[in-house]
Amino acid sequence: MITAATPGVATLLIELGGILVALAALGRVAARFGIPSIPLYLVAGLAVGEGGVVELLTARAFIENGAQIGVILLLLLLGLEYTGEELTTALREQAPAGAVDLVLNATPGIALGLVLGWDYRAALLLGGVTYISSSGIIAKLLADLRRTGNRETPVVLAILVTEDLVMAFYLPLMAGLLIGGDALDIGVEVGLAVAAVLLTLIVAIRYGPRLSRVVFDRSDENLLLSLLGLALLVAGIAERLQASAAVGAFLVGIALSGPTERAARTVLAPLRDLFAALFFAFFGLQIDPVQLPAALPLAVGLAVVSAATKLATGWWSAKRAGIERPGRIRAGATLVARGEFSIVIAGIAVAEGIEAELGPLAAAYVLLLAVTGPLLARSADPIGRRFGRTRRKVAA
Amino acid sequence: MTDLIETRLPGVGTVHVFDCDNGTRVGVIAHHSGRRELVIYDRDDLDCVSDSAMLTPGEARMLADLLGGTTVTEKLDDLRQNIAGLAIDWLPIPAHSAFAGRTIGETELRHRTGVSIVAIVRDDRPIPAPGPNDELRSGDTAVLVGTAEGIDLATALLTRHSL
Repeated sequence: MITAATPGVATLLIELGGILVALAALGRVAARFGIPSIPLYLVAGLAVGEGGVVELLTARAFIENGAQIGVILLLLLLGLEYTGEELTTALREQAPAGAVDLVLNATPGIALGLVLGWDYRAALLLGGVTYISSSGIIAKLLADLRRTGNRETPVVLAILVTEDLVMAFYLPLMAGLLIGGDALDIGVEVGLAVAAVLLTLIVAIRYGPRLSRVVFDRSDENLLLSLLGLALLVAGIAERLQASAAVGAFLVGIALSGPTERAARTVLAPLRDLFAALFFAFFGLQIDPVQLPAALPLAVGLAVVSAATKLATGWWSAKRAGIERPGRIRAGATLVARGEFSIVIAGIAVAEGIEAELGPLAAAYVLLLAVTGPLLARSADPIGRRFGRTRRKVAA
Repeated sequence: MTDLIETRLPGVGTVHVFDCDNGTRVGVIAHHSGRRELVIYDRDDLDCVSDSAMLTPGEARMLADLLGGTTVTEKLDDLRQNIAGLAIDWLPIPAHSAFAGRTIGETELRHRTGVSIVAIVRDDRPIPAPGPNDELRSGDTAVLVGTAEGIDLATALLTRHSL
């Protein structure tokens, strides 16, 4: 029976429609200026959250649930980008670069957290925020700047792959640490979570093709329902086992391969765009914009230092791969952008209410680097030509 | 033969790169999506792509034909010019045909329609360039060459019940 819409439903639809229209408008602005849309979605969230311009009344609960699905879809699609074989190959060939990346870039965040006298878990989360580059922004940059074929690009991509793998262990580790308890409890919790991820990863790589055949269906509709259902189920089970829903979804993405993988990317990408936008907005929504100015100086400092460490990471890794100076600068500058996964990690801290300062700091930090990272990557070519001139001269 | 270097691009595909004799570095990126990207590297910075062209699978095949199959393409062009205005058809000889069991000469096909039978396919084996004394049998496929109108006439003739 169709009843007259209750006022609650009307408000929900108007608020939801309003925020989607606002996000769409901001997305256009972002495209116009050639910057990623993530920071603008954050700003939109700030505007409609606590202490914002208008405060959402009924849509908040929906956006919160949507945000959780957004994280799952972000990680599922990330997993779909890579096959198990690509993961293991990248890890084998670029393990040293991955290690340098981890040490150089997690350190600024952890150090700042400790200096501020935070709980060690909050410091570790801030380390995660500064460590992980934005695969989404960087993939788009490489395509836009036509650098896919560049010889430093395999190095950049391999570093991103190692980061994603590290995150598959980092997220359950943090989940274990955040449950708390004595050292033994934490040790067991973390050990179990890491073992579960490792086991799932091996199973995913080995039995992925079989799973892919079972899931595959010629109908987009059936495929969409099977994939989304499977990802949500695995994510939910992982969350129940304290091993992080996002990682469950990531592993499902890794397991899928072949025609299923390609079809999955096509049917899921629009859904990911919708829910990920809600996720970024929701993160902004939880933060009181009044706190941002106070967090800004620290965020700028952290951004400068961790941009420098990413530049160093790219330089070192590209040099190791035999790339000349301009290419080393490009590799480093490309890696500077932070985005969706920094927010995923900061979102854990906000959800846990572990350190009130972390949310605004991370928001300001991501705003800064999601905008300046791509600008830096763009300007790497002129910078490289000026300062990185190779000694090789063109014969007259 | 020049060295071809293959590099995996996780999440993107594979890139093959080689250096030409004249110093230009050329690469082809095979994207997971099935697209092929042709890239030319900067002469001053051989790590950097200076220009690229994204090709659909069809465009990539065409380019491959143009580069690798030049002689084939020329011959195809020749053939096309020769057969402009000509029609080719494959005609199965039905059992009821009045000409089943008669020779090609008896059909007076060329005289009546201007069409030639250039080959007969019998039991999946071709009989090329059959002579006037060669027999048409039911179940044969006759390969006809002539004008489009001629072929229509020939088809009517060879499939009719009485002489």
